[in-house]
Amino acid sequence: MVNWSGTALHVVSGKGGAGKTTVAASLAMCLARDGRRTLLMEVEGRQGIAQLFDTPPLPYEERRIAIAPGDGEVWALAVDADEALVDYLASFYNLGRAGSAMRKMGAIDFATTLAPGLRDVLLTGKACEVVRRKIKRASNAYDHVIIDAPPTGRIAQFLNVSTQVSALAKTGPIHRHAEMVMGVIGSPQTAVHLVTLLEEMPVQETIDGIRELRSANLPVGAVFVNMVRTPLLDERQSARVRKGTLPKSKIGELAVGAGIRQPAKDVASGLVQEAIDHVRRTDLEAREQERIDELQLPVFTLPYLSQGVALGELYALAETMFDEGIR
Amino acid sequence: MSSFVPNAPVLDLDSIVQDAEVHIIVCTGSGGVGKTTTAAAIALRAAEHGRSVCVLTIDPARRLAQAMGIAELDNTPRPVAGVDTSAGGSLDAMMLDMKRTFDDVVERHADPERAKAILENPFYQSLSSSFAGTQEYMAMEKLGQLHAQAQADGSWDLIVVDTPPSRTALDFLDAPARLGSFLDGRFIRVLSAPARGAGKGIGRLASVGFGFFTSVLSKILGSQVLNDVGSFVAAIDTTFGGFRERADATYALLKDSGTSFVVVAAPESDALREASYFVERLHADGMPLAGLVLNRVQEVSLPKVSREQALAAAEGLAEGDASSRLVASLLQLHADRAATMHRQQQLAARFTSAHAQVPITTVPALAEDVHDLDGLRQIGELLAAD
Repeated sequence: MVNWSGTALHVVSGKGGAGKTTVAASLAMCLARDGRRTLLMEVEGRQGIAQLFDTPPLPYEERRIAIAPGDGEVWALAVDADEALVDYLASFYNLGRAGSAMRKMGAIDFATTLAPGLRDVLLTGKACEVVRRKIKRASNAYDHVIIDAPPTGRIAQFLNVSTQVSALAKTGPIHRHAEMVMGVIGSPQTAVHLVTLLEEMPVQETIDGIRELRSANLPVGAVFVNMVRTPLLDERQSARVRKGTLPKSKIGELAVGAGIRQPAKDVASGLVQEAIDHVRRTDLEAREQERIDELQLPVFTLPYLSQGVALGELYALAETMFDEGIR
Repeated sequence: MSSFVPNAPVLDLDSIVQDAEVHIIVCTGSGGVGKTTTAAAIALRAAEHGRSVCVLTIDPARRLAQAMGIAELDNTPRPVAGVDTSAGGSLDAMMLDMKRTFDDVVERHADPERAKAILENPFYQSLSSSFAGTQEYMAMEKLGQLHAQAQADGSWDLIVVDTPPSRTALDFLDAPARLGSFLDGRFIRVLSAPARGAGKGIGRLASVGFGFFTSVLSKILGSQVLNDVGSFVAAIDTTFGGFRERADATYALLKDSGTSFVVVAAPESDALREASYFVERLHADGMPLAGLVLNRVQEVSLPKVSREQALAAAEGLAEGDASSRLVASLLQLHADRAATMHRQQQLAARFTSAHAQVPITTVPALAEDVHDLDGLRQIGELLAAD
């Protein structure tokens, strides 16, 4: 059970292919239950959220994309660094038409390319700006902002904007902006979650990522173990598979008797082979699960969905998160 | 015909690794699909088929790197121990050190004093370690270097390259040009003009817009940043001709008929969508595509029994004695795998209906990760087996 009612900003990272976007979207859905409002933010220009919710590409504009159980609302925003810079400049200078002129000249793209940290500060800065609306009780405030963030390998650098920027600008508005961002990201109102699979590489990356986040003083939230298969064999059955004592002829006979119209011998050896593969896999998963448990963080387990993930599955995953105690 | 994707032609990997005309194999695809392992497995198989191979990996898993003897970063290819050289081949491997590659480029082309000035420039330091795209650019740069070395002294007749874990596979092709055009761009030229000598060109280029832009930029970033950029570009510009030309030269190498692209994907919709984009791009740019490697596909040991048949039989057994319940579980397990396989085949078929000519080979999902040469050899067998 976790109580995240005070956690305004959730950053969801993980190894590529582990299901970051799916977990971020389900978390946004889960946290929006019962009349709350959440904002799901995309920062990498992939339009992964639009694909997942099966909506047209998201603009740089907050849009409601789904309703959560109990009158909750999930909103979405695709942040674009170039647009965010124009936005940001407009808040300091009265740009008028100069903003779009600068963009046409390629100046905005130039600026965000020039300073690698600038891009990240603008992206995280947008999230923090939204989070601070809540503090000021603005009418367009959200209870939670969830970022579908860059992968584990880049997450500490992405979030550690003050270090990035201090190498760049020691004073001035960007420096102050970065400090505002760190004030939100480095505080208990933020949690960085990592999504992993029960496989060696993703788990190793998760462990390394947590170490990196901690050494950068960034607040680590939970680990989401994604795509976990339901154990189909119980402990006694698995033990027999390991020992190689499954009764082959009995298996063939029973399966054929139950209507499998194939030679009993083939059926038996096919089923036994699949059971061996399965147990080898679940044993490996169990070892990886132990490594995750050693991290002593809240761990949430999400099921493997053999039919893939669409909107309906997001509701189901959000429900699973709720059942596992996310509030 | 591929057994997993009935309408797709089969990718015959062995004919590619044994084709003496193929000198470069580029493994590409979105993150998390097993590119590095695929590249290493192809390289090992080629070496054991008699080629002199160098494999350039980007970010291998630690245990695999240790097994290949490349856990130490020194940015130079080293012989891999334990390779079967009876066919007359060899395997060298290296892991890309992005910053070091960039430093090498600078040191090779600048006199020591100027090189020192560039290496110490704060803008260079941030560019060489964190510019989005530097890794891709340096992977290409390193490929260009290895290729030049191979041409000059015949160290290798095949280079296998892994590509960085980019947001999209296309980044590998686009990033070098982006970095090149960024460094050759109009704004950076103007910024560096004062450092190159008294106002040369600045009068002509400076417009109201530019003046406004630089003043805003120095306000938000601090004027030191612009100075650093200016002196960096000036220093690098006089030591070796435009970055763009270098990037262009390596890009041209990728279009050469001696290059072969292997697109790697997992049977998931995102990875296959990326693979689709990449295949289209290669086609548009006239780059030679060998085919698609579909990693981690679900296979079943009982292909003739459908999910529905298995579930129906399992239902009849679920209430019986222990043996019956065991068989019910086994049938459910089979039904589960058959469902996964069916979904994956549908996704792959969708790819094939859009790209009917692209040959495919599949590698089944293995229970455990690959940690050693035997594991790579096994992947190589599976890659070649379809």
